[in-house]
Amino acid sequence: MEYIFHILILLSIYGILALAQNLVMGGTGLLTIAGAAFYGIGAYVAAILATKFGWSIMAILLIAPIIAGLIAFLVGASFARFRDDYFMLATLGFLMIFNTVAKNWETFTNGSFGIAGIPKPYILGFTLDMPMTFVVLAIFILIIVVTVSYLISRSSFGRALNAIREDEDALQIFGYQTSRYKLMIFTIGAAFSALGGVLFASYITFVDPNLFTVNESILLWAMVILGGIGRNRGALIGALFLVIIPEILRFIGFPTEFAGLMRQCIYGLLLVLLMLYQPRGILGKYRL
Amino acid sequence: MKYILETKNLVKSFGGVHAVDHLSINIPEKMITGLVGPNGSGKTTLINMLSGFSPHNSGEIFFSDVERKKIMPWENQVYGITRTFQQVRLFDQMSVLDNILVILTERAPFYALFERHSGYHLKCAEDILKKIDLYEKRFHNAADLSYGQRKLLEIGRVLAMDANIILFDEPFAGLFPEVIKKIEKIVLNLKQEGKSVVLVEHNMAIIRKLCDHLIVMDAGKLLAEGHPEKVLSEKIVLEAYLGE
Repeated sequence: MEYIFHILILLSIYGILALAQNLVMGGTGLLTIAGAAFYGIGAYVAAILATKFGWSIMAILLIAPIIAGLIAFLVGASFARFRDDYFMLATLGFLMIFNTVAKNWETFTNGSFGIAGIPKPYILGFTLDMPMTFVVLAIFILIIVVTVSYLISRSSFGRALNAIREDEDALQIFGYQTSRYKLMIFTIGAAFSALGGVLFASYITFVDPNLFTVNESILLWAMVILGGIGRNRGALIGALFLVIIPEILRFIGFPTEFAGLMRQCIYGLLLVLLMLYQPRGILGKYRL
Repeated sequence: MKYILETKNLVKSFGGVHAVDHLSINIPEKMITGLVGPNGSGKTTLINMLSGFSPHNSGEIFFSDVERKKIMPWENQVYGITRTFQQVRLFDQMSVLDNILVILTERAPFYALFERHSGYHLKCAEDILKKIDLYEKRFHNAADLSYGQRKLLEIGRVLAMDANIILFDEPFAGLFPEVIKKIEKIVLNLKQEGKSVVLVEHNMAIIRKLCDHLIVMDAGKLLAEGHPEKVLSEKIVLEAYLGE
């Protein structure tokens, strides 16, 4: 039972991250690799504020998205001139910078050792220290993110984002200042990712820089592509598959020294098969 | 004649080649102005500059006697300018209806976030789609339309913009005669509504039929300007453009 709740929590966290990635990459066509960076910023903000300043996780759940959003706003504004592959490289650069800072700013981040002992959330006299209780908070946050994602993709704003993905220059001609739209969705996506980061840090009670590398961003890409680019439901399904598959592999019982490698191989194989037979993903309607 | 759009010594060069070379033209208000010239004479480049698609190198552009030093594409809505593209540029993976709705709804991102589209927007969009015979196809993706229907949908976007100055870049190219008639009617309607239309076109029959004013370009320069019949009978135009 405990185990099921553990999976549900992971699902919620990755569901949030995949939705954020989908809004930016699938909905708007911004090929960002910075997903893991904002996820990491959320996690580190939680770790630092909770362990060094004694903030409660509930307060951090409010403040971390704002901090990540602010950073994303500044980063996004300075990346405004980049398009497509150049934007991708720039976001990769940002992820590298985040990683380097996390590894080297030892006063705050404790370097490569990471930060341990992050407290569990505490709410109305209850400590959510069991997966069974923590899952409630995780799913609650997931529901908020799902709701807002649907609101966005069903609004005029969301329609304009899709049009940016299709033909940004043409859309500008019709009176849209597209850079504002892109900046706004980049900021919203970062805020969502940070929520996932706070949940993760508080659930695992530990963060270190290696959790937020480019591998993590690629996993988010895989979720969005697997589920179906540009669809919220697709992102959730992608997260479901890529969280469940390693658990299934665990039950098959590969020797532990191969398990990790096998997982990578199966991810790779899945992506190749998908590109060959279902390039738009499981629920796919769109291409990038 | 009152001019809604003027250029003075307008220059656009690509790596030393003047695509538009010290061009000074006047576009009269509430009329259809034809823009003709051989391929590569700078017609599309001119339209790109006027719609803020690419900046001009030097010279001046006046909209209703107001100079605009830098034309930002998103300001087109404020200044009442819209255009079509020679290579049709639709929002391919969006429905036909959404292609029109996106032109009708709120532009400011914060407001757009809390708006889907009103009943009014929907009605406008459906009326436009009926005008261009695409109502039945409204839930299809724009990418699934035929070439002619795609051209029509671009015209639909122009109608949705409800702009004062409309720049058509070869709207008739490669179309079936019935569709050409339909678009001719739409263009004439726009004129009747008091819009100023610029029409890039190679078909002289259409030019003669629709245009009140004609501008002939060659190698980025102005060759002749004036009433279509008069311009088309000028020797210099016949020699350089029609090659007779």
